[in-house]
Amino acid sequence: MNRILMDLWVGIFVVAGIGAILVLALRVGNASATFDVADTYTVYGDFENIGGLKVRAPVKSAGVVVGRVANIQLNRQTYKARASLVIDKRYQFPADTSAAILTAGLLGEQYVGFDAGGDTESLKDGSVLQITQSAIVLERLISQFLFNKAAEGSADSKQPPETP
Amino acid sequence: MLKSLLGGFSTIGRHVIDGTWRLGYATRFFALLLLRSGLSFARFGLVVRKVYFSGVLSLIIILVSGLFVGMVLGLQGYETLVRYGSAEALGTLVALSLVRELGPVVAALLFASRAGSAITAEIGLMKATEQLSAMEVMAVDPIARVVGPHFWGAVISMPLLAALFSAVGVFGGWLIGVVLIGVDDGAFWSQMQAAVDFRHDILNGVIKSAVFGVAVAAIATFEGFDAPPTAEGVSGATTRTVVTSALAILALDFVLTAFMFTGQ
Repeated sequence: MNRILMDLWVGIFVVAGIGAILVLALRVGNASATFDVADTYTVYGDFENIGGLKVRAPVKSAGVVVGRVANIQLNRQTYKARASLVIDKRYQFPADTSAAILTAGLLGEQYVGFDAGGDTESLKDGSVLQITQSAIVLERLISQFLFNKAAEGSADSKQPPETP
Repeated sequence: MLKSLLGGFSTIGRHVIDGTWRLGYATRFFALLLLRSGLSFARFGLVVRKVYFSGVLSLIIILVSGLFVGMVLGLQGYETLVRYGSAEALGTLVALSLVRELGPVVAALLFASRAGSAITAEIGLMKATEQLSAMEVMAVDPIARVVGPHFWGAVISMPLLAALFSAVGVFGGWLIGVVLIGVDDGAFWSQMQAAVDFRHDILNGVIKSAVFGVAVAAIATFEGFDAPPTAEGVSGATTRTVVTSALAILALDFVLTAFMFTGQ
């Protein structure tokens, strides 16, 4: 086989292989979302309980992804979870924006939801969100519900004898 | 009775000693190969020729298998997913299983049987016909001149072939899922893009395929170099290449998966 033709084929093969990796990265994966991290700012949110929130979970406002959770740590003084939220520079939020940990669907993954406030000033790099709402832990909700029911039940059973 | 028992024990012992000896010899061979591969890179034309033989000539089998594996994944995945009313997750299923596991593993298995066996046979026959000894007589190092280019050609080809396998497989899944069955096109791609992470999934897949490439290339070149210089010896070495490579790929895949995709 001709040497030049062979080199040509190897060149085509290498280009096709690297092209396949690029196609996988851009079309199949979310490299385009991972790469443009240049224009972002970080805000912090202290949560009582983050539930199942994971690093890289999306931050959404009105359902639109505006950022990602970069880091989750336990604050050793307050024993609250501090989540670092990396937000796209294109989206500016009022300083009194509140953050809540929500669940997508019944069994879906958890994400941070932003509700914009009415302040005239915007959140800056490094600011801490003032209003946060923790994740809903299903076990606590159920046990609370059961306790309430039990309390109601006992109150009802006690009530009739006392009234006459 | 006692004699046959002792005979059994001594057979086991011989196998263990033989295996250990071969492992040591293979490690020494591999270290020597890495040390002398500077010479192979100095004459890069040789490596390019081997990339042609092990990479370009494996393209057809890799592309066709990738397409069919993707199409089968599309069909089977749809059958299962539609029961749970989440047929749109088909893209995620096809892409994740291809990029993480099937792409690197199946491409490496095909590569071992298509190119690894050829490498072993070529080096083994060169040894059997005393071409390697002739080179040594002429003060040409056979490891740098013959084994090195084969090794690096295979190592370069393998990740590219695995990436092509995955890409064509995703296309095959799309062909079945979207074009033939009628899953929503937008949901197919957007759910896939939401679930497949570049660093965690795609880059780890590429790393996997590179590791498999090194394993297959090392096994194939060593078996060829170590083959008894007879027709029977070369055929036995070729068989051993395919068997050992397949086992090594699957075992390494388990270890790598345990490292990469668990514990987070």
